[in-house]
Amino acid sequence: MVTEDLKRNLARRKIMNFIMLFLSALTALYGLLWLFWILIDVVSNGIRYLNLDLILQDPTPPGVEGGGLRHAFVGHFIITTLATLIGVPIGVGAGLFFAEYGRHSRIVRYLRSVTDIIVSFPSIVVGTLVYALMVKPAGHFMGISGSVALALLMIPVIAITTDEILRLVPDSLREAGYALGAYRWQVIKDITIPAAKRGILTGVILGIARIAGETAPLLFTAFNSNFLSFNPLEAMASLTVTIFQYAMGPYKEWHGQAWAAAFVLTFGTLIFFITAKALVHGIRRYG
Amino acid sequence: MGGIDRKRVLERLIGFSLGFFALFVGFLFPFITLVVLVLESLPAIEKFGLLRFILGRTWDPVGEVFGALPALFGTILITFLASLIALPVSVGIAIFIAEICPRKLKPLFSTAVELLGAIPSIIYGMWGLFVIAPLMADYVEPFLQETLGRVPLVGRLFEGVPTGVDALTSSLVLSIMIIPFMSAIVKDSFEMTPLLLKEAGYGLGATKWEVISHVVIPYALPGIMGGLVLSVGRALGETMAVAFLTGNVHQIPTSLLDPLTTITVAIANEFTEADSDLYLSSLYYLALILFTLSFGLLILAKFLILERLRRRWSPKT
Repeated sequence: MVTEDLKRNLARRKIMNFIMLFLSALTALYGLLWLFWILIDVVSNGIRYLNLDLILQDPTPPGVEGGGLRHAFVGHFIITTLATLIGVPIGVGAGLFFAEYGRHSRIVRYLRSVTDIIVSFPSIVVGTLVYALMVKPAGHFMGISGSVALALLMIPVIAITTDEILRLVPDSLREAGYALGAYRWQVIKDITIPAAKRGILTGVILGIARIAGETAPLLFTAFNSNFLSFNPLEAMASLTVTIFQYAMGPYKEWHGQAWAAAFVLTFGTLIFFITAKALVHGIRRYG
Repeated sequence: MGGIDRKRVLERLIGFSLGFFALFVGFLFPFITLVVLVLESLPAIEKFGLLRFILGRTWDPVGEVFGALPALFGTILITFLASLIALPVSVGIAIFIAEICPRKLKPLFSTAVELLGAIPSIIYGMWGLFVIAPLMADYVEPFLQETLGRVPLVGRLFEGVPTGVDALTSSLVLSIMIIPFMSAIVKDSFEMTPLLLKEAGYGLGATKWEVISHVVIPYALPGIMGGLVLSVGRALGETMAVAFLTGNVHQIPTSLLDPLTTITVAIANEFTEADSDLYLSSLYYLALILFTLSFGLLILAKFLILERLRRRWSPKT
């Protein structure tokens, strides 16, 4: 009788096991479903409007056939490049400080934790901040203020990744440098950075991936523009804000172009992201 | 001798500037943000005070009466619903990746889930508007009204005209956005479970699910909580994914099919249109509330839960 009970119990536990593991596999499928659904929609809708004109032509008035988003591509490139130029030195610098100078300081540990938190900062708040600090005093929207907002979002990401990577550099290397009488900055320049080059690059790429698709901080800093502009002191169009404007707009043509821009933006961001992932994978394997 | 002096000066200079960068990102940046937000929202703070603003139900730019309750309620409602959907899914995905998935496929699945998180939020928003919203309006929401809508009490949540631009769609799209983030943290804490504990479970003859539910999940519970709070903190500030889907109507929704607004959506839509100082200041006040909420939650997750966990995982380092 007892064995009967045990057998039934075992069967019940096995069924339970199967059901729960199956459910968990289903959730994984659920996640993948959304990924492929979004990508397929972006590709199938975007590819129809994807042509050379999209990159080479400026927009035509609504209702007129043709035209492209050259102004937005150029603007997006300029804003992101400037943001990278501002953000990378500060981000890498802060990461270097966390890892090289402040390893045993309580205060620096707190600074690092706060930086870790800021990675998840609401990006729209940064937009309002830069509006108050740059746009309002200047009296008009500027491409460069968009870059500053994006740089502010990028700095914590780069700082945290740099710090994490630098921690992987063995201390014996640094000590070898110090033993030769090197200054701290010499150790950093000639030992730490060369050893962690690839990891720092990963952080930079992740930072770019983080900001390349941002819209909210640009809405009231770089704002938008319908004209091609190379002057970062004027309002500037970006791909993301243009997608926002076009998708909200009433014209079919606009929606098509928004999908095409979304296509470029999505795959651009994903390529950056995958590159960073591949670099990290390489570091784990060889380093 | 001059060479040594120059090097010593460089030593100081580089140390100071790197230190300043660290101080900037870890302290000055959030601090300046707080100060600027407070300064900019001063007119609104003086006019409405704290309680009257937070509990005010009217948002009337013409009459210059601003109350944050609809936006605040919308933000909390959407974040809550999205987390409610995302939590079980994220735990499931984490279990799958950490415990079930064959070792060779692990990186593939992890990367796929992370890619979901790398898609720009404006793409989510646009896709939600053009693809999900019509599906919700034509099929899902009428179906819900036919079924759940008939149930007493619960049915009231599904009243109204299904438009697809409402609380339900917004929460659904937002939940997809936070799943990768949440599942990554949960997965990390699952993988921290000592092998010894798991093997002890298997040694007693436990099934895989029993080991997961009796060993892995209890051990990783603080990590799950931390991931949840962190994701909520992040979801609060998400703008563009829901910007298309809420309808930006300043009202407190009584049904899941009502349009609503959130703090982020209100700021995104109205900031450049704010034609009076008080209007702009009220939007800054909203931003200040959002900042406080999400910063508070993130600090809670970071210091109360994740730091403590880290200490447990790496004793004496």
